[in-house]
Amino acid sequence: MEEILKFFLEYKEAIFIIILSIFLGIEVISHVPAVLHTPLMSGSNAIHGVVIIGAIIVMGHATDTLSLVLGFIAVILGTLNVVGGFVVTDRMLEMFKKKKTNKNNK
Amino acid sequence: MEHIFSTEISILEISYLFASILFILGLKKLSHPETARAGNLWAAAGMIAAIVFTILFHKKDGQPIGNIIWIVVAIAIGSVIGWYSSKKVKMTAMPQMVSIFNGMGGACAALISLMEFPKMQTMFAAAGATNMFNGEAIAILLALMIGGVSFAGSMIAFGKLDGRIGNFKSPILRIVNLSFLVLLLIAVVFIMTLQPVAGNNMIIYLFAIAALIYGVTFVMPIGGADMPVVISLLNSFTGVAAAMGGFLYNNQAMLTGGILVGSSGTILTILMCKAMNRSLLNVIIGAFGGNAESSVQSGDKNVKEISLSDAAILLSYSQKVYIIPGYGLAVAQAQHLCHELDNLLESKGVEVKYGIHPVAGRMPGHMNVLLAEADVPYEKLVEMDDVNNDISNTDVVIVIGANDVVNPAAETDPSSPIFGMPVIKAWDAKNIIVMKRSMAKGYAAIENNLFYHAKNRMLFGDAKATLQKLIAEIKSI
Repeated sequence: MEEILKFFLEYKEAIFIIILSIFLGIEVISHVPAVLHTPLMSGSNAIHGVVIIGAIIVMGHATDTLSLVLGFIAVILGTLNVVGGFVVTDRMLEMFKKKKTNKNNK
Repeated sequence: MEHIFSTEISILEISYLFASILFILGLKKLSHPETARAGNLWAAAGMIAAIVFTILFHKKDGQPIGNIIWIVVAIAIGSVIGWYSSKKVKMTAMPQMVSIFNGMGGACAALISLMEFPKMQTMFAAAGATNMFNGEAIAILLALMIGGVSFAGSMIAFGKLDGRIGNFKSPILRIVNLSFLVLLLIAVVFIMTLQPVAGNNMIIYLFAIAALIYGVTFVMPIGGADMPVVISLLNSFTGVAAAMGGFLYNNQAMLTGGILVGSSGTILTILMCKAMNRSLLNVIIGAFGGNAESSVQSGDKNVKEISLSDAAILLSYSQKVYIIPGYGLAVAQAQHLCHELDNLLESKGVEVKYGIHPVAGRMPGHMNVLLAEADVPYEKLVEMDDVNNDISNTDVVIVIGANDVVNPAAETDPSSPIFGMPVIKAWDAKNIIVMKRSMAKGYAAIENNLFYHAKNRMLFGDAKATLQKLIAEIKSI
């Protein structure tokens, strides 16, 4: 028990952020129309590409060859997630935009 | 956490705060049609800021980021491949693409853990710790496990959506899966009880392999029709894995970004399940499709065909027509022809609209994207509930490449696996034309009684070729 209490105290800031972000995440998207499910999934897919920061940190402090190689791969994968995610989402949403201009032209 | 002041660190932390705010606002904007595109760009801007400032200003034990050239090269390679493949991918293959990118994020999180575990172990061994009950170990192990599952699972989901991997159903797999999950969780605790010994890293590699195997067996028995839900779920997994990385590095951008995706992704998964009237548990355990012969008495049922010229005349002299598109339309790349047919009929004074089922296509909202790509105006896309209110005064419903979303069994047959799923009530229209390649079953692999309905007539053939001929026929009237 004491271990758990100690753990909480040591990481209280992170735990607060985690709990509050969970509620925020639920709140932020709770009224999304079904039409946007796919783009939203794809957009949030891009956001978790933020893991690339971890890859950069590891790579930036890598000293041996194995870490360098693995870090290099990790940075590539993370970038793929970020760039691919945002570009694909933009392409999907571009379609929705087009209708708008059509509407305006009429 | 020592707070030694330096301008660079302050700027870095401010950039993370800025990025977190942009992620939140971006997600918020992404959930409204008007602002969605801007929202995506806002989130991307936050990401770029976080990445650039990390490279410039991040310090660990006073050491700045090294190997910058290699980092930039890796980012360049990833950007080129990511940009190119996402620009080139066909709109119909979008779900697969999202799945791959999600897997990359999961693999990235897992690799970080693989590299951090030995360092962490060396550090605690040097400090003379007798076990690894600490936040770092939990974060590393969970990120590795969740990231690994997400990577392997996403690859399988990609294979299934792409038709490279079939369904592998077996009741044994369910039990295997459950025990595997329990085993993985026990392994997390077990590894933490070990005394840290520098260089003793075999256990972490074994753990990684186990996580990968679990990812495969987790997705394998789930039917192809449920892949969108699975991808959404794995998406939120990767979010949690990224957040674990944030916990490990005490990095707030990773933490908020990851958790935000984790929680919103979970809600999105549940919303998707609701749109199909299924529970998440049901999807994961997988009761869909397969052995669902239940209510099919395929005895003396007659299928009536309609000739092209009859169809052309029927359509030309209708007042109101609804087109119900399905994935078959997209696969045949016939969206543009569909729009041509719609224009042609409108020029003859027929009112043409599209009835869009929320899960038409391979993902919720997928069909809207595909039709928008073919320049079909937004106002013509009518959502299911409005279609159902409007359908009894519709002259003709043309079902193109759709199946399960117009299956009356969802309303009438309690033994059907899709019973209770909201469907478009095509049978309430005055006439039905179903355009289909063959009498094959839909994605949920169940029989559709609509095809035998008294009002229905079938127009067999590839959607693209048939539409072409139909358009020519209508023009010649």
